Amino acid sequence: MKFIALIATLMTGALLMYAEADFPVWGDPDSPASLHLSPRYIEKAMEETSVPNMVTAVLADYRGYDTMFETAVIFSAGIAVVMLIRRPRQ
Amino acid sequence: MIQRTANIIPRTIARILIPAIQVFGLYVIAHGHGSPGGGFQGGCILAASFILMTIAYGLEDTKRRFTENMNNILSSLGVFIYALTGWMCLLLGANFLDYSALSAILPADPVKARYLGMFIIEVGVGITVMAVMVSLFIDLVTGGKHGEGL
Repeated sequence: MKFIALIATLMTGALLMYAEADFPVWGDPDSPASLHLSPRYIEKAMEETSVPNMVTAVLADYRGYDTMFETAVIFSAGIAVVMLIRRPRQ
Repeated sequence: MIQRTANIIPRTIARILIPAIQVFGLYVIAHGHGSPGGGFQGGCILAASFILMTIAYGLEDTKRRFTENMNNILSSLGVFIYALTGWMCLLLGANFLDYSALSAILPADPVKARYLGMFIIEVGVGITVMAVMVSLFIDLVTGGKHGEGL
């Protein structure tokens, strides 16, 4: 069973390595993200949100839903630790 | 119980440093949308002040100021503030977490309301992160018994 899992892992890894060759170069100005998304955030963040910090505008406004569940993940992690190892009475 | 240190030097240093750390943490949360910072970082800085208090003054003193119930309430309150902001936007007729709808109840125009909405959710994130970090530290260091640490 472990051997099959190893084969599956290796094949998935090889597939990912193969697909990685088609990725845009790191920081490529012609990649789709740099062509549409980044200029939109850079140009419109100030006038749309009046927040001078662009990173916060993306984190808390454009990607607010994401950040909400990030907070929920931290909360569940804390609650899980409390549930697993907190021993109020001996 | 993590004991209060017998040495006076760490206790004095901690007494001087803790208010400064807490003010800096509040600054990082409140100014997070104007400069680098935000709820996650500011919450961690606030939690660091309580961890320093635990190390210098012992667990008993810290828990008298920041009780376990308070800790649990605060860690859920932060997420609640965040979700409530989203639901307020929904109730005011916009999309979930579309803060511009908050201009109906906040003294601001729709663009400025986004700024204030972001501030509110950063405060929520900061509260949750602070409470979770403190409870993680205390539980992991004392093995969950809140007795002898490390």
